[in-house]
Amino acid sequence: MMHALSALTPALTLKASETTHVPVVAPTAADGAFTLLWLIIALPLLGAAVLLLGGRYTDRFGHLLGTASAASSFVISLVLFVNLLGRDEDERQVSQHLYDWIDSGRLHIGMDLLYDPLSALFLLLITGVGSLIHVYSIGYMAHDPRRRRFFAYLNLFVAAMLMLVLAENYVGLFLGWEGVGLASYLLIGFWQHKPSAAAAAKKAFVINRVGDMGLSLAIFLMIVTFGTTSFTGVSELAGGATETTLNWIGVLLLVGACGKSAQVPLQAWLLDAMEGPTPVSALIHAATMVTAGVYLITRSNFVFELAPTAQTAVVIVATVTLLWGAIIGCAKDDIKKGLAGSTMSQIGYMMLGAGLGVAGYAFAIFHLLTHGFFKANMFLGAGSVMHAMDDDVDMRHYGALRTALPITFATFALGFLAIIGIPPFAGFWSKDKIIEVALTENPVVGICALLGAGITGFYMTRMMLMTFFTKKRWEKGVHPHESPLVMTIPLMVLAALSALGGLMLAGNWIVDWLSPVVGHAEHEEPPLPVLVLTLITIAVVAAGVALAWVLVGQRDVPRAAPADVSLATKAARADLYGDAINEGLVVNPGRATVRALTDGDRTLVDGLFMGATTVFAGTGELLRRLQNGYVRSYALGIVGGALLLVLTLVVVN
Amino acid sequence: MEFVKPELEYAELLPLLIVLGGACVGVALEAFLPRGTRRLPQVGLALVTVVAALVSTVVVGMDLDEHQGADGAEGRGLVGAMGSVVVDGPTVYLWGLLLVFALGGIALFAEQRLEGGVSAFTGQAAALPGSEGEREASTRGLEHTEVYPLLLFAVSGMLLFPASGDLLTMFVALEILSLPLYLLCGLARRRRLLSQEAAMKYFLLGAFASGFFLYGAALVYGYAGSVSFAGINEAVRAGSANHGLLLAGIGLLAVGLLFKIGAAPFQAWTPDVYQGAPTAVTAFMAAGTKVAAFGALLRLLYVAFGGERWSWQPMLWVIAIASMVLGAVLAIVQNDVKRMLAYSSVAHTGFILVGVLGVQSAGELAKGQYTSLEGVLFYLTTYGFAMIGAFAIVTLVRDAGGEATAYERWAGLGRTSPLVAGAFAFFLLSMAGIPLTAGFIGKWAVFTSALSAGAWPVVLVAIACSILAITFYVRHIRLMFFTEPSADGAGVVTRSSLLTSGTITVCLVATLVLGVVPGPVLDLVTRTGDFIR
Repeated sequence: MMHALSALTPALTLKASETTHVPVVAPTAADGAFTLLWLIIALPLLGAAVLLLGGRYTDRFGHLLGTASAASSFVISLVLFVNLLGRDEDERQVSQHLYDWIDSGRLHIGMDLLYDPLSALFLLLITGVGSLIHVYSIGYMAHDPRRRRFFAYLNLFVAAMLMLVLAENYVGLFLGWEGVGLASYLLIGFWQHKPSAAAAAKKAFVINRVGDMGLSLAIFLMIVTFGTTSFTGVSELAGGATETTLNWIGVLLLVGACGKSAQVPLQAWLLDAMEGPTPVSALIHAATMVTAGVYLITRSNFVFELAPTAQTAVVIVATVTLLWGAIIGCAKDDIKKGLAGSTMSQIGYMMLGAGLGVAGYAFAIFHLLTHGFFKANMFLGAGSVMHAMDDDVDMRHYGALRTALPITFATFALGFLAIIGIPPFAGFWSKDKIIEVALTENPVVGICALLGAGITGFYMTRMMLMTFFTKKRWEKGVHPHESPLVMTIPLMVLAALSALGGLMLAGNWIVDWLSPVVGHAEHEEPPLPVLVLTLITIAVVAAGVALAWVLVGQRDVPRAAPADVSLATKAARADLYGDAINEGLVVNPGRATVRALTDGDRTLVDGLFMGATTVFAGTGELLRRLQNGYVRSYALGIVGGALLLVLTLVVVN
Repeated sequence: MEFVKPELEYAELLPLLIVLGGACVGVALEAFLPRGTRRLPQVGLALVTVVAALVSTVVVGMDLDEHQGADGAEGRGLVGAMGSVVVDGPTVYLWGLLLVFALGGIALFAEQRLEGGVSAFTGQAAALPGSEGEREASTRGLEHTEVYPLLLFAVSGMLLFPASGDLLTMFVALEILSLPLYLLCGLARRRRLLSQEAAMKYFLLGAFASGFFLYGAALVYGYAGSVSFAGINEAVRAGSANHGLLLAGIGLLAVGLLFKIGAAPFQAWTPDVYQGAPTAVTAFMAAGTKVAAFGALLRLLYVAFGGERWSWQPMLWVIAIASMVLGAVLAIVQNDVKRMLAYSSVAHTGFILVGVLGVQSAGELAKGQYTSLEGVLFYLTTYGFAMIGAFAIVTLVRDAGGEATAYERWAGLGRTSPLVAGAFAFFLLSMAGIPLTAGFIGKWAVFTSALSAGAWPVVLVAIACSILAITFYVRHIRLMFFTEPSADGAGVVTRSSLLTSGTITVCLVATLVLGVVPGPVLDLVTRTGDFIR
């Protein structure tokens, strides 16, 4: 694989990585307000512990406690952020040592936290959007008998996510990484009475194991290569390692990122994850957890900057995913799955930014933040629509909802304008910048990104039209009503952020803010003047919107999805056969092997009583013979094993 | 030939002598006390013996002398008993570990509340299952208190096993530890046929494997002209003709030890014996035998055959991969808790072997790395606590027929007894190697040492298998917490006395502490230093 990628590298020339200086992580010890850093994680963790251990006694106030703990983390994050703003640029990395986790004299892994401009932004996003979603959930989950448990899991998730972005070494990051995975698993399967929810949780769990394997291998490789996993140590020593090693570390990190961030080829779980309650989709599967892969790659910039092949791999994965997700988004009738496809595609944009190197990191994070606002906004909006439509998710049963749900409509519309990238809304600034950098670095990738923007315009307009415009296609007995204030206020706040998020780019603030972490890129002139590029982007988006207007807005939307559709639509409806590919390549062969072994084992246990001697092929047969409960066969096994041992010894000599 | 009067270093060998002495006193108690009154003295004696041995182990460990080896290898310790017992850092660490596990074993053996006032051992081992004699023993509430001296004998064998300085002592230790365990396996109060079958199998196969060990010892003696590890080491490094003799010897010796640790393809006895033996014995055996046998394997391979490691490392590659794959795959398809734990222990054997084969000389180690010895010692610590804890919980979950080990009896246990199910889930998570549990750090330590020794294909398989293993651990957790109890009756958690619940608590705390603040124990492991010759 590495060879194939190396061969591709010259074809996709990425210029930025050659000239720039990679900053080293060199934090100062925490003092003053920064000593409160650990509380940010501890508060939601404590909340989760109280709610889980307190049991029924906390049912009455569980949701309030959960919300309060997330909100107080937000307050502390805000205070620290203001403090950090007041510091000089070169003093903006602060670390707090909690205790020695693994300390043997040779290997030292501390429970250390790192607070720098990058994690500061993540803290605000996680605790800010997280608190809003907690508030929203108070209303959304009001009638669920297990609401307290839901808040406990949400708190657990927030704590783990904060651990992920605050850890100062890869092992700590891995701890958070596993923690968010666990919380995500629990929350996807929260409505366990639905078999589909349980299956989706399992799928997410299994696919994420593949990603985790990549990440843990990367960490092992770092320990072997550098003898440390701290960001400080690795960033300092990375220059001394060979490029092949760094490429391997980078590719393995990318595998980890693909699993968590639902990038092709590990994307299949995200669509199914929509079985979880909608606030979960908004918080975990749109705003925060799924962006952890982007965080991982940006945080590991000191590896990727020196590993051009791995960086190219990131760009390829990102480009494929951003188109893949967008195409899926076009064909979904389930409003949440449509949004999920869109999330996948938008994360593709972020990954693209991160893969483009120093010039792109800041914009990747910028897009991550704005996306956190508008996508959480739209998911919560979708939740509000579902709330009004008796939990129906099929957009073909919606239509003309703008009058019935005025607040939801208005806020959703702001999110819509932001995501398709209409100026001056947040998404315009962030996505436009990524497309611009992509075009500068590599025209092919840039054009793909541009095309993705057009498709985004199409599917989001389609969603907007089918939900809020066109004719009523409601089910009988449905009386849409606006959601209570506790749900609409978070919507309004997020809508405001979707509209104004672009301000972060004012005066190039976010780029300067992040430059101590990701480095400062030399400015390169794009192939066309910036204004022209922007106009082209807007024109492509407008074309997408217009196409949707003609195909969806001007016709009647049938209540049942038409069956006689083009092959492309069929493919998109089937998630571009992502499941079929997994099934064919991994699941079926694996299942066949396990079945062979199972059958083998079952017969050997039964064989003791019944003497069954059914003939099985291959491994099963062998195992059955080895494990049939008869001592004589076991003894024969030992003889065979002894022969095997002696043979191995003789052969290798 | 001149006869030399043997000299014994009583102070350093004290832990071993205390346990052996305690066992002998236990036998005397059996002979002189009337049957009904033996339990309390026996339990007391066993506890006092093990605690005394533990204390003396600590004293010995605090005060190990510098030792200058023949070939300039340095380390702390003492080659005692005319060269047949080696008391060095790893020995002392393993002694401490074994004695702690023995305490847990005694506590589980002594538990009476679960069976309604009698122990989990049969009332009259000589009475045929289903016979009049068995019923009578049962109604009279008889029990066998011989289990305590038997346990002490097994412990003394386990102590001697990793400390032996030559092949003959190692063989004797192997037999001392095995024979009492064969007996203990057959003493279950319930399902006696299954228990006796397990004991029989274990005995036959164990004897068979011992034969291989002896034959290997003979071949190696033929090659080296010495049975002491130091002598073999010299001969191996000097090199001589008949290399084939040495290779065959290494292979056959390894068979004997790999059988004891339950590595594939010598694992066939594990599920049957773990399932059939009384669960208290299984718990003690799973932890103790594995620790002792791994200690012996390490000493044999590192000390005697250290110069020949290019020959035996590939052999361990094959064994480790086979154990991990077989253990993990077959554990998935089990439907009995004890069998599942047994197969998972096979997989763990594979994981520990990954550490064993990661041996490198000190000069090759990069900064920040554990030696493979340290990794293995730590892994054994975490593994032992999790295993004892898990099996102790298995003794609690019961239905009308005694322990309920079938999966369907465990369904929904998390709703009726969240604490016990939670503790079991925690042990499973530790075995699966989830961060913040002890198992995570253990896996970490052995995998990195193997990776740095260049055994990346094995590590790759190991990571794949540990991910595979997560599935069956998590499936069991799902079963306990997310599945409806089965209609035809679920197992219930029986209240136990402090003996069992205390053991579980200690194991739980150890597993948690070793995961969250492993520092002190890792430090201890690092300070044990290397084997001496």
